[in-house]
Amino acid sequence: MKALLTTMALMLPVAAIADVTVTDPWARASILASRPGAAYLALDADGPDRLIGVTSPVAAQVMIHAVETDEAGVSRMRHVETLDVGPPAPVVMAPGGMHLMLMGLTRKLEEGTRFPLTLTFETAGEMTVEVPVLGPGASGPAEE
Amino acid sequence: MRSAFTLTDHTGRAVTEADFAGRWQLVFFGFTHCPDICPTTLAYMASVFDLLGDEADRVAPLFITVDPARDTVPVMAEYVSVFHPRLTGLTGTEAQVAEAARNFRTWFERTEDATAPDGYFMAHAGHLYLMRPDGAFEAVFLEGDQPPEALAEEIEMRIEKEDTAR
Repeated sequence: MKALLTTMALMLPVAAIADVTVTDPWARASILASRPGAAYLALDADGPDRLIGVTSPVAAQVMIHAVETDEAGVSRMRHVETLDVGPPAPVVMAPGGMHLMLMGLTRKLEEGTRFPLTLTFETAGEMTVEVPVLGPGASGPAEE
Repeated sequence: MRSAFTLTDHTGRAVTEADFAGRWQLVFFGFTHCPDICPTTLAYMASVFDLLGDEADRVAPLFITVDPARDTVPVMAEYVSVFHPRLTGLTGTEAQVAEAARNFRTWFERTEDATAPDGYFMAHAGHLYLMRPDGAFEAVFLEGDQPPEALAEEIEMRIEKEDTAR
């Protein structure tokens, strides 16, 4: 099962519509049904574009969160309304950093399942990726 | 700073630092509604703990909630069991949690945010504290600063150093 998951994760949705590419989407299994979930992905674009919205049928609301850690080591989540994508560097979300917070989950995110996530870009429009759910302690798609 | 607290563990037992005396402690303050940093750090703590090998029995991994209003005993029980069977979850009254945080010189703050679940987020220090068997401070770490193998080695080294000194 692990090996199969690995292969699937590697082959996973490299969706390219217009000039935006979404790679390596994944989410953590949620621990308690009423707790928010977290999803991660990387966004790259040939030219400047802007992520203006994220939705999923499994969540009432999907919020983009940046994490800021100050000099005292205090971490604060900052709700980001829109996210600029494009050269020179891709936006890479990762545990402990920028992430998508899935609030009001309609179901617990169970390891081994997947769910659709629709990203809306200013120029590229809407694109939907399938997000695999990894374990609650996963730190990235390569590890499972 | 020192490990000193009067709290309730995830089995509902009233505990103080005395219940962990004689063991090193690896302590993290967080909350179960935290979508990213807390699961990330607790999973990291669990990896570090597994990598400790023979020394694992001498270290108590503790997760202290900064959100006791929502993180009740049953919530903590379900939550910690996901990460590691040896992880102890600690909650208490607002005052007990505030006192524990003060003794650890750690920091947390409730931030009202209409878009957050129940209308607030808890901001908190993301540190992992390593405390000595007598409850005194030994070292502080951040999850992103080193892979779990490196932290496990570091903790083993500190325990061995302490053994040699005695």
